[in-house]
Amino acid sequence: MADSTALASDLLEVSLGPQHPSTHGVFRMQTVLDGETIVKLKPVMGYLHRNHEQLGEQMTYIASFPFTDRLDYFCAMTNNLGLAIAIEKLAGIDVTERGEYIRVIMAELTRLVNHTAVTGFLLNDMGAFGTPLLYAFREREKILDLFEMASGSRMMCNYIRPGGVREDLPEGFLEQARRIVDDYPRFLDEFEALLTDNEIIRQRTERVGILPKELAVSAGVTGPMLRASGVDYDIRKVDGYSVYPRFPFKVPLGTVGDVYDRYYVRILEMRESVKILRQALKDIPGGPAISPKGAALTKAPRTFRPPKGDAYGRIEAPKGELGFYLVSDGSNQPWRYHIRAPSFINLTVLEDMCLGRKIADAIIILGAVDIVMGEVDR
Amino acid sequence: MIGMGVVKGMLVTLREFVGTYPWGRGMLRMLRIRPGSGLFTIEYPDVKQEHAERFRYFPFLVYDGTPDNLRCVACKICEQECPPKCIYIEPARDAEGRPVKAHGRTLPARFDIDTSICMSCRICVDVCPFDAIEMDNQYEIAAGDREQELLFDKEKLLRSAEYFEQIKPSEAAVVNQRLSAKAKKPA
Repeated sequence: MADSTALASDLLEVSLGPQHPSTHGVFRMQTVLDGETIVKLKPVMGYLHRNHEQLGEQMTYIASFPFTDRLDYFCAMTNNLGLAIAIEKLAGIDVTERGEYIRVIMAELTRLVNHTAVTGFLLNDMGAFGTPLLYAFREREKILDLFEMASGSRMMCNYIRPGGVREDLPEGFLEQARRIVDDYPRFLDEFEALLTDNEIIRQRTERVGILPKELAVSAGVTGPMLRASGVDYDIRKVDGYSVYPRFPFKVPLGTVGDVYDRYYVRILEMRESVKILRQALKDIPGGPAISPKGAALTKAPRTFRPPKGDAYGRIEAPKGELGFYLVSDGSNQPWRYHIRAPSFINLTVLEDMCLGRKIADAIIILGAVDIVMGEVDR
Repeated sequence: MIGMGVVKGMLVTLREFVGTYPWGRGMLRMLRIRPGSGLFTIEYPDVKQEHAERFRYFPFLVYDGTPDNLRCVACKICEQECPPKCIYIEPARDAEGRPVKAHGRTLPARFDIDTSICMSCRICVDVCPFDAIEMDNQYEIAAGDREQELLFDKEKLLRSAEYFEQIKPSEAAVVNQRLSAKAKKPA
């Protein structure tokens, strides 16, 4: 028998993407392979760059809201929320009680949408074409209907404003939301019966793409990915922004930090979100949905001139820490507008997770990072 | 036991599959198994999905009574606030460049919205002080030509106030209340 190591072989360069179904948009991985093993992986980004930050510096504060919808197009509501919180910090705008509750409801519904979709897509990447993804999209559809009821749009919501939300909830929203939220655990049970103990999935994901705690922290990784590596860090708990401190919820943690943990942490997070939603839908108070100051600047964005200074508003978006940094020079346009995009920063550890693994693993490792190119490239 | 996880998953898909048929749902109930969600898709375009009242898709201009009685006064606020800058307005002027008045206000001579740029964000509706622009819900506007058919001019954007009341009753009620309160105030 011939010794395989004696076989003379060169390294092979493979360019995955930017047009490739597994790269979740126009993302490119320049890989160097030894046989099927990855020895080098270089992420190439920028194919979807739309100059979002520069554009934001040339329009009023409010005019940036519809553009934030298009950052991470799965989570328009949380993107709006991040910018609204940054503007509120900058100009000292109060939020009404009802506004805060509506925001929490929308943010948690967005988390359900994002996590169901990403687990569906992850399974798609593993080769389970269709079925889990369509089950996930079926549930996502119901929540998108809720978004349409409240904001008028399914994905590009443009709903949350500094001081509260643009319009109060329509009639029948709370009842329908309660029905969907109460039904959600049943779907999660079904999803888990389909996937969690599946031997093929465990074989593909367990101990694949391990991200050590120390590396995760030093690379600035946030969100479910950081928590899957066992670091207890959730901005909803750390900052306690909005009315989150009123809701008891756990922060699920992983132990190994592999792809399976990242999948399972998301499932557990959805269960916690359902708990928050149940309580928020029960406790939601009456009153105005937006404060007078917020309503005034929604009506006349050009007259809104925050005082000189800077502010950094951050939230726990479904993908991690989403931060908006604004510098005001006293005019009605931001002097500097910067976004800390979670999926961009989570992507920086891709090579470390992929080295030494097979090329097929790189696909699911990327899938478990949960990226949306609209946010990575901005 | 190895393989049980896969079998369990297959049973879930089997239940969902059987549950998409009426006979299957009856059978599952007989076996005391909760049927899945059943059929979830619709056969567009034969069947159309019902949209929420707030569903928004491109703005239109409102007129009261006759099409020349526009609510718009060509103040250009929406043009300035539009994030992607898809609105273009020219107020009516005579030969010497003085504004022409009709129905006691300056009407727009030109009002164009480039729907290939518009992103239906509703900011124009939020900022309009005269409730002259509202969001439509017609989404089947596919066209063969971008310059000619997707650049909506004033004539193409006109809709009556009754149409607005018909597609968005609760929103129109609020608007009408605001307008009648304004009309009562002496000018």
